Amino acid sequence: MATVTYRQALRDTLRSEMIRDENIFLLGEEIGLFEGSYKITEGLLKEFGPRRVRDTPIAEEGFVGAAIGAAMLGLRPVVEIMTINFSLLALDQIVNHAAKIYGMFGGQASVPMVIRTPGGGGQQLGATHSQNVELFYSFVPGLKVLAPSTPAEASAMLKAAIRDDDPVLFLENLALYNTKGELPAEIEDVEPAEIGRAAVTREGTDITIIGYSRMARVAAEVADRLAAEGVSAEVVDLRSLRPLDRQTIVDSVRRTGSAVVAEDDWLTYGIGAEIAATIQEGAFDWLDAPVRRVAMAEVPLPYAKSLESAALPSAESLLTAVRETLRATGRPALEPTR
Amino acid sequence: MAETVKAAPARSRGTRGAKASGPEAAATPPKGSVPAEDAETLVGYYRQMLLIRRFEERAARAYTEAKIGGYCHLNLGEEATVVGLMAALRPTDYLFTNYREHGYAIAKGIGADRVMAELYGRSTGVSKGWGGSMHLFDAEARLLGGYGIVGGQLPLATGAALAVSYKGGDEIVMCQMGDGTAAIGAFHESLNIAGLWDLPVVFVVINNGLGMGTTVEKSAAEPELYKRGTAYRIESARVDGGDVVAVRDAARVAVEHARSESRPYLLETVSPRLKGHSVVDPARYRSKEEKEALKEADPLARMALDLEEAGILSHDDRERLDAEVTAEVNAAAEFADQSPAPEVSTLFDYTYATPVAGEYRRFPADPVFRS
Repeated sequence: MATVTYRQALRDTLRSEMIRDENIFLLGEEIGLFEGSYKITEGLLKEFGPRRVRDTPIAEEGFVGAAIGAAMLGLRPVVEIMTINFSLLALDQIVNHAAKIYGMFGGQASVPMVIRTPGGGGQQLGATHSQNVELFYSFVPGLKVLAPSTPAEASAMLKAAIRDDDPVLFLENLALYNTKGELPAEIEDVEPAEIGRAAVTREGTDITIIGYSRMARVAAEVADRLAAEGVSAEVVDLRSLRPLDRQTIVDSVRRTGSAVVAEDDWLTYGIGAEIAATIQEGAFDWLDAPVRRVAMAEVPLPYAKSLESAALPSAESLLTAVRETLRATGRPALEPTR
Repeated sequence: MAETVKAAPARSRGTRGAKASGPEAAATPPKGSVPAEDAETLVGYYRQMLLIRRFEERAARAYTEAKIGGYCHLNLGEEATVVGLMAALRPTDYLFTNYREHGYAIAKGIGADRVMAELYGRSTGVSKGWGGSMHLFDAEARLLGGYGIVGGQLPLATGAALAVSYKGGDEIVMCQMGDGTAAIGAFHESLNIAGLWDLPVVFVVINNGLGMGTTVEKSAAEPELYKRGTAYRIESARVDGGDVVAVRDAARVAVEHARSESRPYLLETVSPRLKGHSVVDPARYRSKEEKEALKEADPLARMALDLEEAGILSHDDRERLDAEVTAEVNAAAEFADQSPAPEVSTLFDYTYATPVAGEYRRFPADPVFRS
């Protein structure tokens, strides 16, 4: 095993997949000569040349659509959109075209493409550069939306996404790029993930915390802190926002009897709303307390650090919600001692 | 000669075709000239145009009989353009179109029966009943889709041309669109990318003067749309879309340019739209005079007259052809009518090409979890 960053895991996986399959090519803004705004494509232009690492003009609708068209003819493009905020410029191509082409034409052409794009606030980038709009894509049948939280997941899920015959939105996170984790020493030995499976990343008996991407890491941190207080929290990392692994969520809540959802997007109509509805439908009789959601404050994210920090969900805010939920279960034995 | 704009650096190329100096030019076409072309080919074009005409008229009837749902946009008046463009393609070339594409599908080699069945929403339709009038697709004929979102097909066609270029193939991609599309961002982004990356794609703007009810002059700051090519150093030309041979020849120049030089091309056809935007549109925004002038612009009537004057096709020959294609179209409607609707059990078959864990196959009243 080797310890690598999330960024390195992505880069090495892209490289090994490109070596494996000649039909895979990369396109996006500043991915070649500039080596990527976040250096995920570092060295790849030098190694593979401009045919397979293609710099694009600033035209998200144009180059995302071009990737879709190329995929229809059997290539396997991996698009980088600099941040998920800019994917909105390509919304028509992603939602009206990539997601529809397989079904709308009766299964005659699939769209085997991946759109890699980072989300996440907390970098003082202001309102238009700090959004988490993965929900928009998670809403749409025909798309698959993956959100890995560790280097190992990032590698296994990127492999799966590239080899999948459907359009996959692959959500990265600015705050995760430098985080570290274990990977097999040879990237070729990473097994592609099964798309559409959540993972119980930590087993527990008292409460379920559900998160994805950055918030799955925060949930793990919170579970550690709770353990020190004698509370056994189970953590479910969604990993796939569409398809959603409802069964794993519900099975966990049936074991623990309570749940808190941690999400990096806005609360109203957000990912957490769907999770809470799922729990209500599948584990109503097992619940000892209402499902709580911890989400971003519903404002355009401000620049000033004081305001930005207050708006973003954190370990502290998640911990507060977990404690309040445990209290609401009326299970005094479970109430954490301070 | 068609009006041609050469790219800089100039690649000198002549274009044969009738003169058209503006969108209104199609209403006053030059008359009585039969191009130097063998009679059999001309009659073949005429027959295809007539087939499309009768097909569209039959579709309009079926629509008013509620056999066809949704929107239904017809190629009435566009027949010479459709047939001329398709005659310039090889069977292996790819075609992307907008939602006014019944005629293109037929002229690309798809049976009228399978096109009509799609309009009827039947499982025998080209898109198995999943697409309808606006979304015809046939992988074998290389019609890679009619698209209902204005401009949506442009980035896709650009990408298909990228794939051809990536694989080193000798196919080209033709991308048809309406005049209104020249106003949308995807038009600019696609022409820019195609120009930058030397892609073998021919963009064809069908300028019928109207985007629904809005004139080109109200929609485009440069209403001579082919001139837009200059901004991207893409060669471009405008041709009389009512003259099938002129369209074919102009398209051949464009296609040859794309194929041999791997460069995009922008072709504008000035083509009449004889009826409303769709079957249900009575086109009240057009004046009486405009509607009168359209009769003169009917490409089918023009060609019939030319062929008769040239002694190629008599009135009786025309009647015979008409009976043939009408029978074909009626048989297509009968085939569509007799074809089965898609089975409800297939509703979830085409959401994903690679099936996944946790994929739900739920009808509206089904619970998420079964107890």
